[in-house]
Amino acid sequence: MIVELGHFALVLAFALALVQSTVPLIGARSGNQRMMAVAGPVTIAGFVLTAFAFAVLTVSYIQSDFSVVNVWENSHSLKPMIYKVTGTWGNHEGSMLLWVLILAAFGALVTVFSGNLPATLRANVLAVQGMIGAAFFLFILATSNPFARLDPAPFEGRDLNPLLQDIGLAIHPPLLYLGYVGFSISFSFAVAALIDGKIDAAWARWVRPWTLAAWVFLTGGIAMGSYWAYYELGWGGFWFWDPVENASFLPWLSGTALLHSAIVMEKRSALKIWTLLLAILTFSLSLLGTFLVRSGVLTSVHAFATDPTRGVFILAILMVFIGGSLALFAIRAHLLTAGGLFQPISREGALVLNNLFLTTATATVLIGTLYPLLVEAVTGDKISVGPPFFNMTFGPLVVPLLAVVPFGPLLAWKRGDIAAVSQRLFFAFGIALLATLGAFVFIDRVSVFAALGIGLSVWLVAGAFTDLALKAGFGKVSPSVALSRLFGLPRSVFGTALAHAGLGLTTLGIVSVVTLETEKFTSMKPGETVQVADYTIRFDGISPFQGPNYTEDRGHFTFLNSAGRELGELFSSKRLYPARQMPTTEAGIRTRGLSQLYISLGDPTVDGGIVVRIWWKPLVLLIWLGGVLMMIGGTVSLLDRRLRIGAPAARRSAAVGEAKALPS
Amino acid sequence: MTRKKKRLAVIGGGLAFLGLAAALTFYALGQRTSYFYMPGDLVAAELTPGQRIRLGGLVEKGTIERGQGTNVSFQVTDHENSVKVAYNGILPDLFREDQGVVTEGTFGTDGVFVADSVLAKHDENYMPREVADGLKAKGVWQEED
Repeated sequence: MIVELGHFALVLAFALALVQSTVPLIGARSGNQRMMAVAGPVTIAGFVLTAFAFAVLTVSYIQSDFSVVNVWENSHSLKPMIYKVTGTWGNHEGSMLLWVLILAAFGALVTVFSGNLPATLRANVLAVQGMIGAAFFLFILATSNPFARLDPAPFEGRDLNPLLQDIGLAIHPPLLYLGYVGFSISFSFAVAALIDGKIDAAWARWVRPWTLAAWVFLTGGIAMGSYWAYYELGWGGFWFWDPVENASFLPWLSGTALLHSAIVMEKRSALKIWTLLLAILTFSLSLLGTFLVRSGVLTSVHAFATDPTRGVFILAILMVFIGGSLALFAIRAHLLTAGGLFQPISREGALVLNNLFLTTATATVLIGTLYPLLVEAVTGDKISVGPPFFNMTFGPLVVPLLAVVPFGPLLAWKRGDIAAVSQRLFFAFGIALLATLGAFVFIDRVSVFAALGIGLSVWLVAGAFTDLALKAGFGKVSPSVALSRLFGLPRSVFGTALAHAGLGLTTLGIVSVVTLETEKFTSMKPGETVQVADYTIRFDGISPFQGPNYTEDRGHFTFLNSAGRELGELFSSKRLYPARQMPTTEAGIRTRGLSQLYISLGDPTVDGGIVVRIWWKPLVLLIWLGGVLMMIGGTVSLLDRRLRIGAPAARRSAAVGEAKALPS
Repeated sequence: MTRKKKRLAVIGGGLAFLGLAAALTFYALGQRTSYFYMPGDLVAAELTPGQRIRLGGLVEKGTIERGQGTNVSFQVTDHENSVKVAYNGILPDLFREDQGVVTEGTFGTDGVFVADSVLAKHDENYMPREVADGLKAKGVWQEED
């Protein structure tokens, strides 16, 4: 009964989304206040209904109600409770329900926080949100109903895919979807502005916090997904340039570009049309990502069973929204007036350069991802574009971008002085140079790439802190005054510095793992040892172990330092989940500082040994910690005073804050 | 420089950059892609020595041999032709007889395909799409229950 109520709530939410997408829009066109006012309550009601439907499905999972097909296919009564809850979105139907729940939640948040928006803009934004919602509700109801029943109900479920029985499932998809769907707000604002034919700097101030929030979530989702794949798959890799990974990386790249161009629009009222276009493209790429992951048109190492008929439906949604918004853009964009002028060498110029690099990088990743589809459609040949392609195109585009990042925040608006900025960065450059030489002399004399990469990373981090130090006036005024100034700086300045420093740390982690990791691939018998980097690894043997819903063969390893002292044990195992007859590999990982020792177990050999693959991954944790620091930077920036107070009323105080933020 | 010249320089610089990126992309696409073949397609395929391809099909029953140390070999088949694949690495967890598999590597001079990667799948219901399409084209595809 409750399951049917959940289904009914979803149908009602669809009906409300139809109201939400039409009535306020007509109201805004005809200036009818009462019709526009419908948007708010309808959005909230839609959210409550969707939340109810989602709660019903979650309860069905918790109670192991196998009369629901979705629960039967993806759950098991012996599964630990946390995986019963997270299993709700560990499958196609449930994850789409999570998608619309987050969409509805964002809609409700906009409703709550949009009191100071002009009424027509608010009505249009919520209407566009309603259209997206309606499309996806229809998709779920027509092709992916999570509430379908099974009669008679089986006694036991088929269990969740063991790879998903992990804490990663609790964190990764919700964060990723918060990012994907969060960009729908920037999209709706862009489309609403095009419908209105009006856009000003205040628009950018309303949109920026939403974009920033979505970006923070997406950053976290990608970082978490990367770490999850790293420890769960047992291949020791952190990024595979796989279509499904690219699908999440594309909106991140263009979202990062959007974040930066919106600054220019907010502060200088320039780049309006470009910012609108980026907002549309970013959400379009999010939709494309949903399509690629859900349709299975591209072969992916992360692909789970997929159903092509659903792909066609999402493709239709994709075409309506991308085509519609771009057509609207083509018709209306000329109405928007161009804003402030600036010299090429200026903060605006630097941000344009950032956008040029980021969008070009987005384009290359997009081409590499979709090229196989295109070739197959045209010639019928099946090809694959692998990591070498992306390393060859994405690498050369990103390295110069990273090299110029520290210059950006130091340049003045309108007209900057590159010589003066270079002088200010002299100290940071010196540190980076020392790091490069130090890496070359002490760490690795063979790989020039390692040394240069480490230098580049240090340059990014040192540059980020130089920015803070200069804006606080260290070296110019007494340290105590500088310190108090430092704490008085706008939070967005801290946010920028932290995010850029995080980028440096991620770069350092990637460079270090790619150029300096050691790997041993061999077969071992109990008692044998191998040498990996500075450690000796001893294989002690295999013993059986019984988990709640699996059995495993656990390999015991001991690792010793070069002096022969035992430092600890680690387990690496092969598991078998009997419900699905599915084996998995559980890598054995030990963290030493920021580096990790990683052991993956293979099959037994004919001579009684076992195949093992052992890595020493120096500074590998920085890859994800850098991502966390970027998230912190984004969050700090989100807490900036300027973004919390009502935009129109805040114009004067914001102008004061801006003057304070400028160096010298 | 006059304003007009400056603007031209900026636009020209931007276009040159995009051109460079496009050139790099198309060069890389020409060099760094690998074609997919089933064992039966190999006769007609004109492969240059050392060309990287992806070879897919089913793991033939009874052909998985574990050699010395970490080496393993198996036959990939499409029910008509089959090719021996040598691999030095850890096989994916769901690597089994009669299951779809996609390997990537090059042919050695002895006609054995030396793979450096064997594609894993994450789900026992999932069949690599190329393999499924290839088997359907040959009329030997069986729907799984």
